[in-house]
Amino acid sequence: MARINLDHIRHAYSPAARAAGDYALKEVHHEWADGGAYALLGPSGCGKTTLLNIISGLINPSDGKILFDGVDVTNLSTQARNIAQVFQFPVVYDTMSVYDNLAFPLRNRHVPEDQVHRRVTEILEMTDLAAMAKKTAQGLTADQKQKISLGRGLVRADVNAILFDEPLTVIDPHMKWVLRSQLKRLHRQSGFTMVYVTHDQTEALTFADKVVVMYDGQIVQIGTPAELFEKPSHTFVGYFIGSPGMNVLPAAVNGATATVGDQSIALPGAPKLSGQSRIELGIRPEFVSLGREGMPISISKVEDIGRQKIIRTRFCDHPMSIVVAEDTDIPSDPKVTFAPQAIGIYADSWRVGMEAK
Amino acid sequence: MLELKNISKMAGGEYHIYPTDLTLQRGSLNVLLGPTLSGKTSLMRLMAGLDKPTSGTIHVDGVDVTGQPVQQRNVAMVYQQFINYPALTVYENIASPMRIAGKDAATIDREVHKASELLRLTPYLQRTPLSLSGGQQQRTALARALVKKATLVLLDEPLANLDYKLREELREELPKIFAQSGAIFVYATTEPSEALLLGGNTATLSEGRVTQFGETIAIYRQPVDLLTAKTFADPPLNTLGLVKSGQRFLLADRHVLDVPTHLAGVADGPLTVAFHPHHLSLSATPYAAKPLQARTLVSEIAGSESFIHVEFAGARWVILAHGIHDIDPDKEIDVYIDTRHLMAFDAQGLSLLAHASMAA
Repeated sequence: MARINLDHIRHAYSPAARAAGDYALKEVHHEWADGGAYALLGPSGCGKTTLLNIISGLINPSDGKILFDGVDVTNLSTQARNIAQVFQFPVVYDTMSVYDNLAFPLRNRHVPEDQVHRRVTEILEMTDLAAMAKKTAQGLTADQKQKISLGRGLVRADVNAILFDEPLTVIDPHMKWVLRSQLKRLHRQSGFTMVYVTHDQTEALTFADKVVVMYDGQIVQIGTPAELFEKPSHTFVGYFIGSPGMNVLPAAVNGATATVGDQSIALPGAPKLSGQSRIELGIRPEFVSLGREGMPISISKVEDIGRQKIIRTRFCDHPMSIVVAEDTDIPSDPKVTFAPQAIGIYADSWRVGMEAK
Repeated sequence: MLELKNISKMAGGEYHIYPTDLTLQRGSLNVLLGPTLSGKTSLMRLMAGLDKPTSGTIHVDGVDVTGQPVQQRNVAMVYQQFINYPALTVYENIASPMRIAGKDAATIDREVHKASELLRLTPYLQRTPLSLSGGQQQRTALARALVKKATLVLLDEPLANLDYKLREELREELPKIFAQSGAIFVYATTEPSEALLLGGNTATLSEGRVTQFGETIAIYRQPVDLLTAKTFADPPLNTLGLVKSGQRFLLADRHVLDVPTHLAGVADGPLTVAFHPHHLSLSATPYAAKPLQARTLVSEIAGSESFIHVEFAGARWVILAHGIHDIDPDKEIDVYIDTRHLMAFDAQGLSLLAHASMAA
């Protein structure tokens, strides 16, 4: 296992783009802990796959160095970096049995057959493939094949890191739950350094100790799932994490009071502003409480999605979503209050600190 | 109206679709919900006329169309893959079915603009599809399906290849778009949460059978059998075998639960109860008072809530709890079931609640 250092990494896809300062991946300078579980989360085109490919060695970065345990591996091939990879679509040898597919990376490295057997048996158990160990991969379904790919990624005990590129895309929802929790257990048991690329917030949050949120070629926040939810550092993080995402309302701030439309909202402290132009108030749908007291809203739609209801409203003429439990009654003259500690103030999209009162 | 009467499809001596009756109304949204290979695409292909049924007949507005090939039917399809004409502009992509139908230029122009407004494509009309994001490409395919004014619009996992957040946006918009059209929409998905967000009606599928059809939220709340309940659960449904004895449920390890009032009429004897992960909690409430000792397997934190996987008497359960609960594996903890929401099933997996309420 290895600690990964991304040392002033930047990447542009052509010399011309580089000369023009047009970087697909803007500067990344971080250290990822040995044995950590990291998720790279963001929409298509945010640079997450570029970053993963730099770690795996498929891309040589235009600037900066990458180190495994302090050793510069920037110019090493993927193979020489000693990493395992799992891709979005299954990569299996159709004519081999499930067992032989899993044994392949070990036999390739001349691991003694008794160790191969022990390890493959463990992986078969974990991925729920034991019953079809002797079958050839050919006749299997897409999700069974992807389980083989996952298993093969996990089978070697001596890799520096395991990289996953959207590995559960082709998996059915029920199997996703099983594989996700097995992967998490395996990470706890094994101490592998894992990097997991996804656009799915649930996968990222449940898998990772630290989630790296990327947007427009840069890392906008690295945090625990709780930090990303409770204190998103950028409005994009607020929007991207959570379903629905955080409500972002144009606001003005005076001392420890924010104003949205004609409503005054008390803040837990005075935001430390320094002349930024665009001020917004962020509040998650889960922290807006609905009742008979507070600020007026108009309800445009109530979506009953089983375990909870999503209430789509207008507040001071801005769209605002509220999430309530399944058995909540909706008052006829609805009003809302915001939990003060859950309010964030954003200046030019970045969260600002507040002075304690 | 689309009616499937005793429709089945066999291949290689096996049923791909067991005999099925289904009636879909104009202006309705109908979700086909089930895992991969449950028969969603097979059923859609029969509806479209791409495949001939082994038995049964298909009627559109009362007219038998069973033998008619797809070209003679008024059907539009949108697939998981973004399928557009790469050499044509977005405008021409949307216009293409109307050009084939020989519509006049003014009508085409009006309809293209209407559809592109609805799907927020107006700024991109002169671009080609491959220069657009995946979401915009799929919007183009949707717009083309809409302008065709088809009686039947079939959408086969149309959002599966899109980013999570784009899916969320389109899911919110789609019901509005569907409502403005008079077509019959059929929408296949593997995701229970997607069915719930779309609303409308849902048919749950399992291994080639439609297990239940009706209003989406009603099926989620009152599945007729355990298979349907499991198909319509994400996170997965928690289940437990127990014995009803008078007003008590007898569980493994001498655990006892009070029978909730809605199940008081169920006959004594062995049965299976099921409940959603948000009805299992880490602390007692007035409706979930009796502790059950479970062993933790793994905890997943999803930001505002946690999924705690536990084992109780050989069964694997998931708890969905508000807040952050990072509990180490292999800990003995007390868990509490909110019994107001228990579903109960007999040995054949049929809902005892549905029977009780039907009998009443």
